[in-house]
Amino acid sequence: MAMITLTIDKQKVAVKEGTTILEAAKQLGINIPTLCYLKEINVIGACRICMVEVQGARTFVAACVAPVAEGMVVRTNTAAVVKARKLVLELILSDHPMECLTCVRNQNCELQRLAEAFGLTEIRFQGATTDYPVDDSSPAIVRDPRKCVLCRRCVSVCAEVQTVRAITAQERGFKTLIAPAFNQGLSEVACVNCGQCALVCPTGAIHEKDDIDKVWAALADPKKHVVVQTAPAVRVTVGEALGMAPGSIVTGKMVAGLRHLGFDKVFDTDFTADLTILEEGNELLQRVNGGGTLPMITSCSPGWIKFIEHFYPDLLPHLSTCKSPQQMFGALAKTYYAQKAGVDPADVFCVSIMPCTAKKFECERPEMNSSGYQDVDVVLTSRELARMFKRVGINLAALPVEEYDAPLGISTGAGEIFGATGGVMEAALRTVYEVVTGKTLDNLDFEMVRGLDGVKEATVPVGDLNVKVAVANGLGNARKLMDAIKAGTADYHFIEIMCCPGGCIGGGGSPIPTNTEIRNKRIAATYVEDKNMPLRKSHENPAVQALYAEFLEKPLGHKSHELLHTKYTPRGQYPEQ
Amino acid sequence: MVACGCKCETTEQAQLIEQLDRIIDEYRGQPRGLIQVLHKAQELVGYCPKWVQVRVAEGLGVSLQEVYGVVTFYALFSLIPKGRHKISVCAGTACYVKGTKMVVKAIRQHLGIKPGQTTEDSRFSLETVRCIGACGLAPAMIIGKDVHGRLEPEQIPEILEQYQ
Repeated sequence: MAMITLTIDKQKVAVKEGTTILEAAKQLGINIPTLCYLKEINVIGACRICMVEVQGARTFVAACVAPVAEGMVVRTNTAAVVKARKLVLELILSDHPMECLTCVRNQNCELQRLAEAFGLTEIRFQGATTDYPVDDSSPAIVRDPRKCVLCRRCVSVCAEVQTVRAITAQERGFKTLIAPAFNQGLSEVACVNCGQCALVCPTGAIHEKDDIDKVWAALADPKKHVVVQTAPAVRVTVGEALGMAPGSIVTGKMVAGLRHLGFDKVFDTDFTADLTILEEGNELLQRVNGGGTLPMITSCSPGWIKFIEHFYPDLLPHLSTCKSPQQMFGALAKTYYAQKAGVDPADVFCVSIMPCTAKKFECERPEMNSSGYQDVDVVLTSRELARMFKRVGINLAALPVEEYDAPLGISTGAGEIFGATGGVMEAALRTVYEVVTGKTLDNLDFEMVRGLDGVKEATVPVGDLNVKVAVANGLGNARKLMDAIKAGTADYHFIEIMCCPGGCIGGGGSPIPTNTEIRNKRIAATYVEDKNMPLRKSHENPAVQALYAEFLEKPLGHKSHELLHTKYTPRGQYPEQ
Repeated sequence: MVACGCKCETTEQAQLIEQLDRIIDEYRGQPRGLIQVLHKAQELVGYCPKWVQVRVAEGLGVSLQEVYGVVTFYALFSLIPKGRHKISVCAGTACYVKGTKMVVKAIRQHLGIKPGQTTEDSRFSLETVRCIGACGLAPAMIIGKDVHGRLEPEQIPEILEQYQ
């Protein structure tokens, strides 16, 4: 590709043709402020904060969308440029509620950071303000249009990355609103609760529903026996929300922090991830040997489940009937564990810490009560857990490393890698291979299913059978595989789908920011965790073996079906006419 | 024909749906036809109610959000029923200076409706629009397909009476 040479702030730089001024400046270490821009996802030049001066141009140009040209002379920091940017910022703020102190994004807000950077001390423009009401109809996501800066990041990620299109810009000019059609609530439309919108929102206009008060109340109730489970991805992400570098592994410190908060037992979703492998692996073998519906598709990711229910309801028979590890945990916490611990299941309060907003919807699904109670009482995202730690002054870095409680805290590396795209597949392959062939795997690392590629494929010889698998992360990529199934061109045995780009480590409840670079660091940390575990195959988990011996009897047995398997609801994507 | 799912009790409505489906058929499965289809659908139904938008969304394979976004963006599309005769009073610069307000006031006195409203007998709906390109005739308005220019308030009742 042709190289273009230009001058930015008196420095020469050569970049590939088609590069934007913003990206070219970055190569020189010059940071141009942005607000609406989101690399590769939302590049529309809407907010104008990134304006720069280009010699010979009639007006200032938006650096995020303007491509470089040969001999171009750019100035990013003249007094006129800074003044113009400041004016833009002041105009945005003229219709923004000044509620930073009580905002969920206080100190983690891109608009607030810009106001600080530009040294704003007053709001010069007073005028009409947007007063669309807050939408808190969804159990997972809250929209507050008053705080919206109309950057369209959420619209882009919902439409282009996830292909859900639950929200879009409606009306025009001052009345513009980002919302579902007819300004319906998110709970009334085909929103899958993935929370990718909340992850990219620069302000507090879309955020997770905060449920921490329910947990504080349970912890303060002496009658409640409060148990907590932590998803695989949380231990490699939550540190970021507390000031640590991306990729920090805080497993043992997080366990200590949770005990400090007052949880009676600190358990691990990795345990039921291992259990999932045994149930799902056996279900796969049963389908392969018994002529069941293939390809079989994983069912761990609740955003994905709601997606297929809305957009591909005719493919529901392809889904594994296994509940997600979170829900398996809830069902066991109020049966097996309650019995074992001698606690009345009515008093067990089950909290999940998840990188996921869709889990909040999942735990409230009417069918998720096979213990006789709502199996999981409250789901908190990683961000909410960080908030709880902050509230009581927990400095995670200073805490000792502690162990999970037995038995529901005992797990393997296979359970841990559920947090990254390809991980469920890899964990399943480790077990299916050994169970079917009776041989020990030499190399546990199935590299071909790892990494951020949208769709990955592999063929793995298991005894006489070449098992053909595919892995997709992000719903846009899931859609490609679903269309292939519909077209009859998907001759796979097993497909893993994770709703969020990168898998759960990129979940909608993760620390903000989450981007490609950070996702890669979290994935790397996940595989380090896996390597560090003494056991790395689900079927070797002694606590899972004991669970079958003492309680469930066998995979896909009667009790398993009762507690660990579920059914799905075809929903369609359009309202009744 | 697919069962429509709406509350169509009369054959007239069923016919409307059948005609709408023929419009949609031209672009079935093709999102690019959205504006054309909505345009024709509005000509057929008179406006773009929710059931029309849902049917168009389903037919073209786009989300209801996209359809609604387009319908609310363009002034051409309406979410409320329109009268048999649409009055568009020009509010472009020349007309505005020469008396848009006066024209709107005269219509309001005669028909009792404000811009954005429709008379109870569905005879007229009224709106103001940007420049219609008849600046030489300012102030001007369009009723149906007829342009009326150099308007004086006293002419308004007589002009309106031509449209029943």
